[in-house]
Amino acid sequence: MIAELGHLAVIIAFMVAIVQSVVPMIGASKGYIGWMDAARPSAIIQFLLIFFAFIMLTISFVTSDFSVKLVASNSHSLKPLLYKISGVWGNHEGSMLLWILILAFYGALVAVFGKRLPIILKARVLSVQAMIGVAFIAFLLFTSNPFERLIFPPFDGKDLNPLLQDPGLAFHPPFLYFGYVGLSMTFSFAIAALIQGSVDAAWARWVRPWALLAWITLTIGIALGSWWAYYELGWGGWWFWDPVENASFMPWLIAVALLHSAIVVEKRETLKSWTVLLAILGFSFSLIGTFIVRSGVITSVHAFANDPERGVFILLILIIAIGGALTLYAFRANSLRSSAVFSPISRESGLILNNLLLVVSTIVVFIGTIWPLVAELILGRKLSVGAPFFEIAFTPFMVVLAIFLPLGAILPWKRAQILRAGSPLIGALSLSVAIGLLIWSLQTGGRILAPIGLALSAWVILGSLTDLLMRCRMIDIGFSAGLRRLINLTRADWGKTFAHIGLGLTIFGISAITAWETEDIRVAKIGEEFEVSGYTFIFEDVSKINGKNYTSDMGTINAFKNNKLVAILKPEKRFYPVQRMPTTEAGINSSLKRDLYIALGDFQDNGWTIRTYVKPYAVWIWIGCLIMAFGGLLSMTDRRLRFASTIRLKQK
Amino acid sequence: MIRFAFLIIFICSAAWAVEPDEVLTNVEHETRARAISKNLRCLVCRNENIDSSNAGIAKDLRILVRDRIKEGDSNEEVIEFITDRYGEYVLLNPKMSFQNLLLWISGPLFLLLGGLISWRYAKHKGQDSTKELSEDEKTRLKEIMDD
Repeated sequence: MIAELGHLAVIIAFMVAIVQSVVPMIGASKGYIGWMDAARPSAIIQFLLIFFAFIMLTISFVTSDFSVKLVASNSHSLKPLLYKISGVWGNHEGSMLLWILILAFYGALVAVFGKRLPIILKARVLSVQAMIGVAFIAFLLFTSNPFERLIFPPFDGKDLNPLLQDPGLAFHPPFLYFGYVGLSMTFSFAIAALIQGSVDAAWARWVRPWALLAWITLTIGIALGSWWAYYELGWGGWWFWDPVENASFMPWLIAVALLHSAIVVEKRETLKSWTVLLAILGFSFSLIGTFIVRSGVITSVHAFANDPERGVFILLILIIAIGGALTLYAFRANSLRSSAVFSPISRESGLILNNLLLVVSTIVVFIGTIWPLVAELILGRKLSVGAPFFEIAFTPFMVVLAIFLPLGAILPWKRAQILRAGSPLIGALSLSVAIGLLIWSLQTGGRILAPIGLALSAWVILGSLTDLLMRCRMIDIGFSAGLRRLINLTRADWGKTFAHIGLGLTIFGISAITAWETEDIRVAKIGEEFEVSGYTFIFEDVSKINGKNYTSDMGTINAFKNNKLVAILKPEKRFYPVQRMPTTEAGINSSLKRDLYIALGDFQDNGWTIRTYVKPYAVWIWIGCLIMAFGGLLSMTDRRLRFASTIRLKQK
Repeated sequence: MIRFAFLIIFICSAAWAVEPDEVLTNVEHETRARAISKNLRCLVCRNENIDSSNAGIAKDLRILVRDRIKEGDSNEEVIEFITDRYGEYVLLNPKMSFQNLLLWISGPLFLLLGGLISWRYAKHKGQDSTKELSEDEKTRLKEIMDD
């Protein structure tokens, strides 16, 4: 009964979405207020129905109702409660329902909080949002019904892939989808703007919070996924340039570009058509990502659905959405011309450079990701494009971006003189170069990457601090007056500072771990003592542990530095009997200075294979991401940018 | 197909990445072997190199790489030896061949193209600011000033 109720709710939501996509749109073009007003209740009802369906599916999982096919093939009665719940989205059908839930949630948010939006714009935005909803609910109902029943329910379920039974991965998809799907909001705003043929500062102010929300959640989602890979896959890799990772990285890059170009529209009413194009591209890459993940067209571990029928359906959605949007853009972009002027050296130009680098690097990731497919279909060759390619082809863009970032961020709008505007940065520049040189001279014959990466990271961080110092004019007006100005800076200013410092810290973490990681692989007997880069490890013992739905060999290794115990590491080798699958749980001791990372291997020759890594400053990769996301949050809560912007602007 | 995907995960997790008995005693040789391994794909895995892969074939390839190094092959010779036998699919870093031209030059190409467009755009924007007033505007300005 529960599953059927859920199914029914999705079907009704489908019909509501159809109404919501047609009626307000017609109302907006004909000027029927009543028709436009229909958007608000239908968006809310659509969300409530999908939410109800989602709860029904969750109940089926939590109560282990194995007569529901999805529960039987993805859950198990012995599974811990957290993973029974996360199992709802740990599979294709359920995660699609979550996707649609979040889509409807965004629509409902606009309906509830968008009171200040001009009614025509709001009607069109919600209508476009509902069109996307119609497409994906149809996809769910016709190819991936999560509520399908089994005639003969099994005694127990097949369990969730053990790799996914992990707290990091339980929350990774919801965040990621919040980001992916959040870009549908900016897409809808872009389409609505194209239909009405005008974009102004107010439009940018309405779009930016949505772009920020999408970007924040995407940042956290990607960071969670990377952190999971770091501790779960057994050797501490944190980014693999896997097609599925790229699928989430491309919308992220475009979202960053969009955030920055929307500032230009807001402050200077220029770059309008480009910003609209970015809003379209952002969601297009979300759709491409969904296609890559769902169709299994580029095989990887995440591609749980290798069903061609589904692939073709999503491809169709993709072609209609992207093709339609770009066609509309081609016809209407001309009406978005702007007259504002600026000189080649100005904040505007700096942000154009930022956009250029981000978009080109996205293209590089995109071509690299689909190249194996292109090569096979067109050239008839089977080849791979992996991490080494992306490291060569992608990294330079980020290096150039980091070099220009502090300068671009400090340039005044309209026109600037590079020497005068840049002179406050001389301190930051010389200090960063000095840091780079110092590290270069300290490490003997090490990789050149460390000094460059660390100098860059120092440059970005010190540059941001300099910017902050300039803004509160602390040097000119004295400490206390400056401090008052500093406190009174807008949240958007603080957000910018935090986001840029976060980026600098992430660059620092990446450079440090890549350049200075040390590794030790050995067969160790119980009681054996070994040393890795200044730390002494003593292999105490291995014991059998019985988890709720797995068995495990758990090692105990004590780590000493200067004869002082600094950490007790407990790496595990688990075995999940239902899926007959082994997994590794690395023993990690994190600190701000280094991670001690140990993975336990097989038993052989009277000893255990033990892999020990000392990873300097590893946690800064993720701390940086969190600080970036926090900066986004500050910006989003800036009073001027609230969803229902209170600043009255003439409504066109 | 789903079974197949899980089977692959299973194969890849069944054994272990570089094992102690594979490691060469010659440090320089081992460093080279690791570097080469990072550029070679484990054939049965998802996007994973043979250095971190746990599959049996990855182990075979790792040993093969080390054997070739011990025989005195240069890095290029080792990679050529492996590609001759397993095809270019094994290379994680695709060759800079004519057919892969677009892949390799896409970054610089689009940067150049985009750079050119934005440069012209920025220049055009800058010129507008110095543009002189039209005759109409001049007369109107004069009118206003005279008032």
